[in-house]
Amino acid sequence: MAEAKTLDIRNLSIGVGEHSVVDGVDFSIGQREIVALVGESGSGKSLTALSIMGLLSGSVRQTDGTATLEGEQLDLGNDTAMQKLRGTSLSMIFQEPVASLNPLLSVGAQVAESLIVHGRATKADAWDRAVGMLRDVGIPAPEQRARQLPSELSGGMCQRVMIASALIAEPRLLIADEPTTALDVTIQAQILHLMRRLRDETDTSVLIITHDMGVVASVADRVCVMYGGRIVEQAEVHELFAAPRHPYTKLLLATIPRMDGARKTELFSISGMVPDVSAWPEGCRFRTRCPLATDHCASRPPLEPVGEGNDHVTACWHSDKVEGLA
Amino acid sequence: MSEPLLSVKGLKVHFPVATGKLFGEKPVVRAVDGVDFTLNKGETLGIVGESGCGKSTTGNAILGLAPVTEGAIHFDGRNVAALTGRERQALWRDLQVVFQDPVSALDPKRTIGQSIAEPLAIHGVGKADRRARVDELMELVGLRAGQRDRYPNELSGGQRQRVVIARALALEPRVVICDEAVSALDVSIQSQVLNLLLRLQRDLGLSYLFISHDLSVVRHIADRIAVMYLGTVVEEAPTDALFARPLHPYTEALLSAVPIPDPRAERAKTARPLQGDVPNPMEMPPGCPFVARCPLREAGCDVIRPAPVEVAPGHRLACHVREREITGASALDTTG
Repeated sequence: MAEAKTLDIRNLSIGVGEHSVVDGVDFSIGQREIVALVGESGSGKSLTALSIMGLLSGSVRQTDGTATLEGEQLDLGNDTAMQKLRGTSLSMIFQEPVASLNPLLSVGAQVAESLIVHGRATKADAWDRAVGMLRDVGIPAPEQRARQLPSELSGGMCQRVMIASALIAEPRLLIADEPTTALDVTIQAQILHLMRRLRDETDTSVLIITHDMGVVASVADRVCVMYGGRIVEQAEVHELFAAPRHPYTKLLLATIPRMDGARKTELFSISGMVPDVSAWPEGCRFRTRCPLATDHCASRPPLEPVGEGNDHVTACWHSDKVEGLA
Repeated sequence: MSEPLLSVKGLKVHFPVATGKLFGEKPVVRAVDGVDFTLNKGETLGIVGESGCGKSTTGNAILGLAPVTEGAIHFDGRNVAALTGRERQALWRDLQVVFQDPVSALDPKRTIGQSIAEPLAIHGVGKADRRARVDELMELVGLRAGQRDRYPNELSGGQRQRVVIARALALEPRVVICDEAVSALDVSIQSQVLNLLLRLQRDLGLSYLFISHDLSVVRHIADRIAVMYLGTVVEEAPTDALFARPLHPYTEALLSAVPIPDPRAERAKTARPLQGDVPNPMEMPPGCPFVARCPLREAGCDVIRPAPVEVAPGHRLACHVREREITGASALDTTG
């Protein structure tokens, strides 16, 4: 038998009030793998990530599904059990590094915190390891920087601090929710470079949540495309960009202005907009905007392998016609 | 060549910094520190740069929303600073703005129709004419007439931005400043709004000052691009020339930092990412603003500010080292 997946998600479903916002999501992440969950706003990608951390709250509830971390089933609804895992086996970084850090605590203390809270090191030892971690993520003069407050650091530095505090406990899985969206492009390039290095040099697997196909192309090994609370396509990254087999993926890639494309021409666009969660159509949820839609699409297409092997899956009745689109 | 519609010369916007001290010299942030450019009729000038480079403050200064410390802004040949109240109001008809966030730009308690009609009412258009004009504008930006009585919260982000654009066009402006106008939109919606902006420009002869951090979007829509860093324009060129042959080391780094949505091309990149952060604008060096991160830095770059030089038709550059490579000399040699 193959080694246990770092993370295995089966039939994950999430509801807000009476509405289903994430519906039967399946995916897994192998060791040292970077998997991207990509989609537009309202696709359910961030809720999927929060649920894996056991961080759903209020009227947002998990309604179905299981998650296993290295073969061990996670009790996502049990906050006490999940609290033990957060900061040890599971870590998460968010879009707004400055807002995610405590403004009154030195960044060194924040990086060291999870080691101390979980009783894995003495204060002095944790501080030394925090300084080492800050150095590893590329913060110059880490001994001095560790004593500074977040407000004394730039946004890019704060995101490095976030990454350092997420990685210090050597988690099995790092979840990064839009980690570079709030950063400038030259700083984004530094952080993406760092994430690739971490994948190569540590045993941590990464789930990255993003709307940016450039970020996906830069760091992901495998990609799950979400639309309307479901995964509509999943493939190895080169395969996904070269030969997308779901019309949404194909059209999404075609709408992005290219650095080498024609200028001032009409860009390809997807007609309409993502329907509100209360108005999702029966069957395929993309069918109201899809140029390939037929009556058949009123029944839900299963996520099935396309091409050779089982690595590339898509949920579309017309996946054989996608190539001719756009 | 005809007179440019909008021209900005030696623009400086300095903000005093609160120190809590009553006496002594107050430090200033040089948000915009000597910017020159022109915008012609029917043309799009892109202004790109990272946060804190002064691109939005430049737009705000033109709109009268940021204080001009030094320099001159001319619109249609007239100095904006010298306008009387009445003339200034007339200027607002010609000059409009679309900001990033359509949610905060619209009053949640007004219908779409009321929001679009507002500038018409302010400028004294009669009620009946207003109604007809609102219908026309909604059709122009691709909104359905049935949406006239809807409220902003009933619309998607893309539709709300169409409302903001319709309102900006209500008085038939000649220049629209688009400040991160598509940045908050999902990609599938972003392309719809970009197509709309291009169509409106073709049909109405509009000029755009298109301020954005997104280089692939600016490349698509702009005829010329000015690259800003720490309050100055470090390079300005026709779009194709800038992308084919960026000359300033910052432009080069910026272009190569943009992740390409193609894993093969993206992973084949060999350029090392630009190191370091944008320095604190209060600690601006007297010389080149990019000197702290520059891979080409030479002795003197931190002391002598490079002046923009036209190195090819329409291609201006402010870099001692590259200027010398191209022209054979620079200010570094003459004073050093």
